[in-house]
Amino acid sequence: MDVLDLPALRRRRSRRQAIVAVVLIAIVLGASVVAISLGASGITPARVFATLAGFGDRGDEFVVFRLRLPRIVTAIVAGFAFGLAGSLFQSVLSNPLASPDILGVSAGASFAAVFVLLVASGSGFAVSAGAFVGAFVIAALMWVLAWRGGLVGYRFVLIGVGLGYVVTAALGWMITRADVREVSQALVWMVGGVGGASWSDIGIAAGIVLVSSVAIIALGRRLPVLALGDDAARGLGVRGAVSRGALLLAAVALVAAATALAGPIAFVALISAPIARALLRDGGAALLPSALIGSALVVVADLVGQHVLADSVPVGIVTGVIGAPYLLWLIATSNRKGADG
Amino acid sequence: MTALAQPVVSASSPTKRRVRLLVALVVTIAVLALIALASLAIGTRQVAFPDVIHALVSPVDGNADHLVVRELRIPRLVVGLMAGVALGLVGTVLQGVTRNPIADPGLLGINAGASFAVVLAIATLGVTQPLGFVWFAFGGAALAALLVFVIGSSGRDGATPVKLALTGAALTALLTPLVTLVLIGDGDTLARFRFWSVGSLAGRGLDVAAALWPFLVAGVVVAALLGRRLNLLALGDDVARGLGARLGTTRVLAAVAVIVLAGTATSLVGPIALVGLVVPHLARPIAGGDYRWILVFSALFGPALLLAADVVGRVVVAPAELEAGIIVAFIGAPVLIAIVRRSTVRSI
Repeated sequence: MDVLDLPALRRRRSRRQAIVAVVLIAIVLGASVVAISLGASGITPARVFATLAGFGDRGDEFVVFRLRLPRIVTAIVAGFAFGLAGSLFQSVLSNPLASPDILGVSAGASFAAVFVLLVASGSGFAVSAGAFVGAFVIAALMWVLAWRGGLVGYRFVLIGVGLGYVVTAALGWMITRADVREVSQALVWMVGGVGGASWSDIGIAAGIVLVSSVAIIALGRRLPVLALGDDAARGLGVRGAVSRGALLLAAVALVAAATALAGPIAFVALISAPIARALLRDGGAALLPSALIGSALVVVADLVGQHVLADSVPVGIVTGVIGAPYLLWLIATSNRKGADG
Repeated sequence: MTALAQPVVSASSPTKRRVRLLVALVVTIAVLALIALASLAIGTRQVAFPDVIHALVSPVDGNADHLVVRELRIPRLVVGLMAGVALGLVGTVLQGVTRNPIADPGLLGINAGASFAVVLAIATLGVTQPLGFVWFAFGGAALAALLVFVIGSSGRDGATPVKLALTGAALTALLTPLVTLVLIGDGDTLARFRFWSVGSLAGRGLDVAAALWPFLVAGVVVAALLGRRLNLLALGDDVARGLGARLGTTRVLAAVAVIVLAGTATSLVGPIALVGLVVPHLARPIAGGDYRWILVFSALFGPALLLAADVVGRVVVAPAELEAGIIVAFIGAPVLIAIVRRSTVRSI
């Protein structure tokens, strides 16, 4: 076959994308159904479908809609947001380490939430709101500090790392000074969990994720052009700084919403995009697949944490334990030339 | 701009450059000495400066001021000096060998490895004393560094900067939740671990320093051997290979230096981040591109930064104290951000 047969290449590429997307959606839905059917009162998958379609009995309806579905939807929404945000950060700043965890955005959210918990003695919605504000404040600081007539990847990353350390130190200070039992509570939040959200929390977060995603779809076509550098992008009629800014703003909104909803389930943003790119192998940003990988990771991890492991382990711990070895393996076996970080 | 290009583009002659470096060296040593004196003189208990000198040269038995200086502040100074040298050199070696300006023991998973080992030691073995933590912190840091180097250098391209940094991030992401899991279920361990985990110079005695100085010396020697090799490496793998550098040997030596020095620092003062990250960035503008000089200045800036942070921590919330690890972050991050904004890191 002719190597320069671009239309054929493109067809094969989009077929691969479609297959990957369908498989991932199937994994998310399958794991969701399993998660809803498992628990103290078991419900067969058939009854799960019937209940979701509105034909369930009252007991099943209570278990599904009140107890288990919020958890699943939280996992799907948070995972989607973390995966998409991680992929955006990494491709906009062209740095595989530019994930919200490392850039201090998650740490900012954690700091604000733990501040609300430990210092202001707040709970529930106040903690989520704190996390949301914290993520944005850190991102805004990073922006102001990194801006110098443009936004260059390495500078943004380094400043994010620096701010992350400050926030982590402040977090350490609060943790050494507060009452040990309250610190324990804060740790539970900091590790990330999907069990606590109400439908109204989920609604707010899902709304933010939806708006951000639409904005990202509209801007996403510029990503390949941005990858060429600001000068080349300008030549092609794309204003690099503005596009980068808008995309990163959307990514921060995603991280803020997801963290406010489920806590900093740290690993998902970092690892989703590398997995998605390994599946697609087309060198692109793989935005949608990254988001779907994020959802799949969180849903499956929560399933494992709740039902496979003994003591209902928080999802953030499971994602770390199952995700990190995969990333390590990916790094060890990767053949790609990783030039300068 | 590469390391070897620096002297060529530099307008001054080699002699002038050497004089400038020596002057900078003398100034740096003087500043470090002043900070060291301040760390002996300043604290919760007010000790007049002549008494500090008396405590050093002719201590009087039973004098409380002399006791504070000799029993509390001198050990703290020694621990800070040792850990500072180790951290400064770790950062420089890591950044040189990975050619990654954000390489730091924290980011490469070394702090996470040490933390994990210490948590296990407290939770399962009931270790409570700093001298007990030492070997677990050392082992954890060393294992983590080894793992990061082994995994980071497998595959076809060997240890690329991106792979090393990603490996460290992955290891941190793996270990941090595990640490948290132990802490959530175990209040006693949390109570002990949380003070260790912020990084502090307080409460570590000379016994800890006495146990660890051979490691520090070994680490410093290996790091000193690396100067020329890092200069070659800064030109890029291909050029360095063409000039006859043995990259494998360089990476093994660097790994040894990092393992030993990071282990020593973490055992001494806990997982302190940012000293290793900031110090090389401060040393480069002064030392130019030559890693032999960058290493020298990093080994002096490290303890200066750490001890200054410790002194500040004793002053800002007196009569209480803030741990050096917290102060380092608050001093170090603005410095890092200022450097980054001036764009001098572009040359890495």
